[in-house]
Amino acid sequence: MSSEGAGQAGEARSRPRAIVAGHGEFAPGLVSAVQQITGRGDQLIPISVHHLGIEDIEELLRRSMIDSGVRVIFTDLQAGSCTMASRRILRGMQDAVLVAGANLPTLLDFVFAEDRSAPEAARHAAERGKAAISVHGAPA
Amino acid sequence: MTLQLYRIDDRLLHGQVVVGWGQPLEIKFIVLVDDTVAASEWEQELYRMGVPPEMDVYFHSAEDAVTALAGYRADRRPGILLTGDIATMARLVDRAAVTHVNIGGIHSRPDRVQRMRYVFLSPDEEQQLRALEARGVTITAQDVPGARPIPLDDMLGGVEP
Repeated sequence: MSSEGAGQAGEARSRPRAIVAGHGEFAPGLVSAVQQITGRGDQLIPISVHHLGIEDIEELLRRSMIDSGVRVIFTDLQAGSCTMASRRILRGMQDAVLVAGANLPTLLDFVFAEDRSAPEAARHAAERGKAAISVHGAPA
Repeated sequence: MTLQLYRIDDRLLHGQVVVGWGQPLEIKFIVLVDDTVAASEWEQELYRMGVPPEMDVYFHSAEDAVTALAGYRADRRPGILLTGDIATMARLVDRAAVTHVNIGGIHSRPDRVQRMRYVFLSPDEEQQLRALEARGVTITAQDVPGARPIPLDDMLGGVEP
């Protein structure tokens, strides 16, 4: 991208609006996909938790929320450590929202919903993510 | 079928346990032995919400688990027993005759040294594992069923395939 004017970057960066966290490379992988499809991956903070115990995961997520100001977390699995840690954080953070079981359609809907508050956009995106799963091919 | 696995995992009930082991072993119940969780209804509800409806979760302190274990061993359904640390499992070895222990995950902490990708141990924890082995317990590290079980000597030597 070329510069469009003195003192301005050619490509505006969005403020982070949500954290994505999960097993293995789930978070950087999904955020990379969102970036490739929409160019809006910078709304999402990917967090991987290799080598961390449950207390450190909670501290990492809590610190990221405080530092970035975001109040939305997307995780991969209902039973996952990131989900457990996030639910503990939400206990003391009444304005935050957790979406567990997030998928790519969920995040795509979220990053385009900039006219909504982030928690409201997260709830809308969760419904879109649920509805986005379809099965094709041989009959059951 | 009884208890299929006695696992030490400091993340307690999480994806690897519920899905990674739970599905291939067709696990129907999990016994979570942890003094903190056993004392908190809120923590117990948190863990209950993480498992599928067909899977039961039972919570015990280390002391309660010693007496409750016979009942779980007599259960016809396949189950997993979980502790969050070595010391809790050692109490069950001493008083409830556990013979095989799976190290599923002991993660990074300032006083720990990395032994495997998912096993970090303090010198004291290493001694606890050695002591368990000296009492005849077979100890292997294995995070998921498809991985090769790593014997204690290899684990402490940092040997990982």
